[in-house]
Amino acid sequence: MSGGNAMEKTYPVTVIVNGTPMTALVPARLTLADFLRNEAELTGTHVGCEHGVCGACTVRVDGRTVRGCLTLAVQCDGAEVETIEGATEDGRIKDLQDAFIERNALQCGFCTPGFLMAADELLNDNPSPTREEIREHLSGNYCRCTGYQAIVEAVEMTAARRRGEAQ
Amino acid sequence: MKAPSFEYAKAESVDEALELLGRFGDDAKVIAGGQSLVPALNMRLAGPSALIDIGAIGELRGIKLDGAVMRIGALTRHCEIMASGEIARHVPLLAKAVPNIAHEAIRNRGTIGGSLANADPAAEWPACSLALGAVMEIAGQNGRRKVSAADFFQGYYTTAIEPDEILIAIEFPVISADYRSAFMELSRRKGDYAMVGLAAHARVSGGVFNDVRLSFFNVADRPVLAVSAAAVLEGKEMSVQAVEQAQQALGDDLDPLGDLYCSPEYKIRLARVLTGRVLSQLAAG
Ligand SMILES: Cc1cc2nc3c(=O)[nH]c(=O)nc-3n(C[C@H](O)[C@H](O)[C@H](O)COP(=O)(O)OP(=O)(O)OC[C@H]3O[C@@H](n4cnc5c(N)ncnc54)[C@H](O)[C@@H]3O)c2cc1C
Ligand code: FES
Ligand code: FES
Repeated sequence: MSGGNAMEKTYPVTVIVNGTPMTALVPARLTLADFLRNEAELTGTHVGCEHGVCGACTVRVDGRTVRGCLTLAVQCDGAEVETIEGATEDGRIKDLQDAFIERNALQCGFCTPGFLMAADELLNDNPSPTREEIREHLSGNYCRCTGYQAIVEAVEMTAARRRGEAQ
Repeated sequence: MKAPSFEYAKAESVDEALELLGRFGDDAKVIAGGQSLVPALNMRLAGPSALIDIGAIGELRGIKLDGAVMRIGALTRHCEIMASGEIARHVPLLAKAVPNIAHEAIRNRGTIGGSLANADPAAEWPACSLALGAVMEIAGQNGRRKVSAADFFQGYYTTAIEPDEILIAIEFPVISADYRSAFMELSRRKGDYAMVGLAAHARVSGGVFNDVRLSFFNVADRPVLAVSAAAVLEGKEMSVQAVEQAQQALGDDLDPLGDLYCSPEYKIRLARVLTGRVLSQLAAG
């Protein structure tokens, strides 16, 4: 069992991961991010700092983004979790993903799933965000490669295209 | 890093949570949103024997206007306070403060009760509670009690909540017609904890300040009311001189410790800058 040892007490949880219920026995200290990566084998959720500052582990729980590293799997019993794999399969962020490629909004790609999940939430909440609002919403995600400019542009471009404004 | 191992129990009610806290003893900790506790666990700064999850207790959630009191359940999330029109209308200081707390994904999970119980000297909610004279409701095996914000914060990460107690709700007085609130903080990056911050509340009628409450945070081991600066402003109109006198008086109110980023002198300087800006905001309405 990941994150545990043979003697460690485990707890049953059922988490609905990208629409499919998944039941497992987990130690209380297992984070949702490690649960997704090691139990559900969905490695699109990345783990960077493990204390809430980098945003690489961003996933949705019951519709809102959270830090996968600051949420325990046991706290998610009965919750609906969506990862970057689910959002991709759903198809709704295809244009956002294309815009990231078009604008070179990723280099190593480590931060990208987290940025896509955060930007997806923003575009749902606010179809016409200003650049300031985009920066504000993405302020909890770190990128060590791109310098953020291209990421902000990709999000801005996607919002404009969704509003039917050619870009 | 990964957290050390601990046991886990989910409470369905306040009584059950108190019973579990009693059973697991002093090493057990309550977990609400986990946004301060889980980082501490992952960095192995905390090593509780057990976590009592209060996240499913419905009674602890929600915002309720009751006459002149806005009652906010301890489990109410930062994002819910941010989205509340009632809070913006009746306790505007909270609405002004909340965008400064962390980032969206953290506000989606972190709770006001967790922030107050955590009592980080750099946190926004403790300073707002002190500025507004909020009252905390705490439950223990022997019933419930109320503690004013002035008595609640007792030092670095230390509050009036005993290890076998739970914070239930916070009561904020509803703003009266001629009162105004303003909030400002200076931080190195958006969403970081403040270097210095100021939550302010005052009566401003006919341009004259009365009953001024200047609650500074991250200048001491707990939020601090600048009483000398407030006294200077009592009965005065907004003017360059009034602001300068208040800024000067802050020297009597604040005796900040330096930290990794700011010397004590720099913190005083930032506090004076914030005072000028916040008084302008209060005067402008
Ligand atoms: C990257 C990052 C940036 C942040 N920036 C800020 C910021 O700028 N300003 C700010 O204020 N906060 C900030 N936070 C912290 C955040 O606001 C937390 O949500 C908050 O401090 C704690 O709330 P919680 O519900 O997550 O509590 P938890 O983490 O679950 O608990 C915190 C502590 O309070 C105790 N506790 C919780 N609820 C209760 C209760 N009802 N009764 C008794 N004890 C209780 C717990 O036992 C624990 O000791 C930040 C966090 C991160 C990870
Ligand atoms: S790994 Fe979760 S925020 Fe960095
Ligand atoms: S692309 Fe490398 S961290 Fe963002």
